Amino acid sequence: MIQDKATVLKHENFQGDYRILHLATTGIGPHVQPGQFVHLQVPQLGDRILRRPFSIYKADSESISLLYKPVGRGTASMATLHKKSQVDLIGPLGNGYPEAANDTLPVLVAGGYGNAALYLKARSLKRKGVAFFGGRTAEDILCVEEFEALGWDVRPTTNDGSLGIKGLVTDAFDPWLLEQNERKPELFVCGPTPMLRAMGDRAIENNFKAWLSLDENMACGVGACLTCVIKQKTETGWQWARCCKDGPIFESREVLWDE
Amino acid sequence: MNKPNLAVQIGSMTMQNPVTVASGTFGYGPEYAELVDLNRLGAITVKGIAPDIHIGNPTPRTYETRGGMLNATGRPRPGAHGCIDTYVPFLADYTTPVIVNIWGKTIEEYGNVVEQLDNETGIHAYEINLSCPNIKEGGSAFGTDLSIFSHVIELVREKTKKPIIPKLAPNVSDIGAFAQAAEKAGADALAIMNSFPAMGIDIKTRKPVLANGSGGLSGPAIKPIAIKLVHDAAQKTNLPIIGMGGIFEPEDAVEFFIAGASAVAVGTANFIDPSTAIRVINGIETYLIDQGLNDIKQLVGTVNYG
Repeated sequence: MIQDKATVLKHENFQGDYRILHLATTGIGPHVQPGQFVHLQVPQLGDRILRRPFSIYKADSESISLLYKPVGRGTASMATLHKKSQVDLIGPLGNGYPEAANDTLPVLVAGGYGNAALYLKARSLKRKGVAFFGGRTAEDILCVEEFEALGWDVRPTTNDGSLGIKGLVTDAFDPWLLEQNERKPELFVCGPTPMLRAMGDRAIENNFKAWLSLDENMACGVGACLTCVIKQKTETGWQWARCCKDGPIFESREVLWDE
Repeated sequence: MNKPNLAVQIGSMTMQNPVTVASGTFGYGPEYAELVDLNRLGAITVKGIAPDIHIGNPTPRTYETRGGMLNATGRPRPGAHGCIDTYVPFLADYTTPVIVNIWGKTIEEYGNVVEQLDNETGIHAYEINLSCPNIKEGGSAFGTDLSIFSHVIELVREKTKKPIIPKLAPNVSDIGAFAQAAEKAGADALAIMNSFPAMGIDIKTRKPVLANGSGGLSGPAIKPIAIKLVHDAAQKTNLPIIGMGGIFEPEDAVEFFIAGASAVAVGTANFIDPSTAIRVINGIETYLIDQGLNDIKQLVGTVNYG
């Protein structure tokens, strides 16, 4: 983990409203593990002071890329960054996804641009399985060709049926799961909380693992402020665990969901 | 010109420079050790320790506001044993003195936690949290009732010879009375101020933005409040004051010294730029040189009323 002034190499429109920010950072790029994030200080955010956490989409020895969509004040302001702008980063942060077990079939599950957090994992996993990507419309299903090029069997679902199966990722995943009898699946998941929970429930019911990327409002990103906590099961009950430091990746059996 | 003297004395504790970090914004030290040279700080003030483990509040625990943030962690704490077993040994590797923030749900718990901690040579002072806005018992209620406030300080004074630094609540009508009461009860210094009790509401759901209902406001938004409280308290006591509230730049810290603070703490800014405390130390030194001052003490309480 370091604090680094990164220079914007390129800031490009991607698909629909989505954008990709390429940042030069030799301090962070080479050390990124799949599933980790950076805490970014958005310039020109005025009286909104906190950093914003972003999953790392791609990383190499000299740079990282962030795939995002302007949805709030921070990302709207971020969208104005131009080439050569300086951005203050802290990273890489968090634990990242673990290695897959030798005997499982890796499965990726993402909602919207949640798959940005899965790309590096998709690349590093030796065995390529199935990738379930869900979104509101076709515009929200990102990077299909890229994941296919890595060898993944991508199965999109959209709420409006504009791409793939109409419905939620579970509508594609559940029938697929029934057909599996050779290898046990092992899930790598990033998306909205209901999706994480749905996949976590299936993992527990069907006796396989699901690695979930969790998110809570955070201030520091390094484990100090204790605001981004989730309930982590223990032998005797539960304890708070920090998404930023103990996570963001938790196995489904670790998470005690709020009712 | 020679380098100005930045060292400050708080009871028996010597700070090499007048800049510490505010309790609750710097964890227990390890969280920031990769990003900040802990040996450069004047002191490290760790997150609050109670006698026993506490779980804290549900989420959301934080919310960004204009010029600040709300928080209500409810002080999830490792307890005295967790502090002694894990954090005191870690911080012993650094030369910087350690201030442990202590709190309790009852008056007795304040004494109890000091009893558990006081043999540790790696702890150099106690900040007594009498003003946390985020827990139902103790906390802020103790900080706004003058007799309980005094009672807690007297009890802690009986239990330790180390410097004790009550942290004052900002929401009192007469900060001077609390400053005087703390001095009389045996305090060595004052920490002014804690975050300000505050609340936000989501207009779509009409629910409070924090699960706790309300929390503490910190950040640049509260700095002018803190400056006035430090100023007013300094008129009524000779105790050194550690001023805090919205320090983001060296100039903010300088303002606190002029108002009457002998030292300062960087708080919320640690979350945004972990290098803030180091920048503030360097900036204070530069300011003193520019002003032709050779000791930070020459700046303390020098408001020019014309």
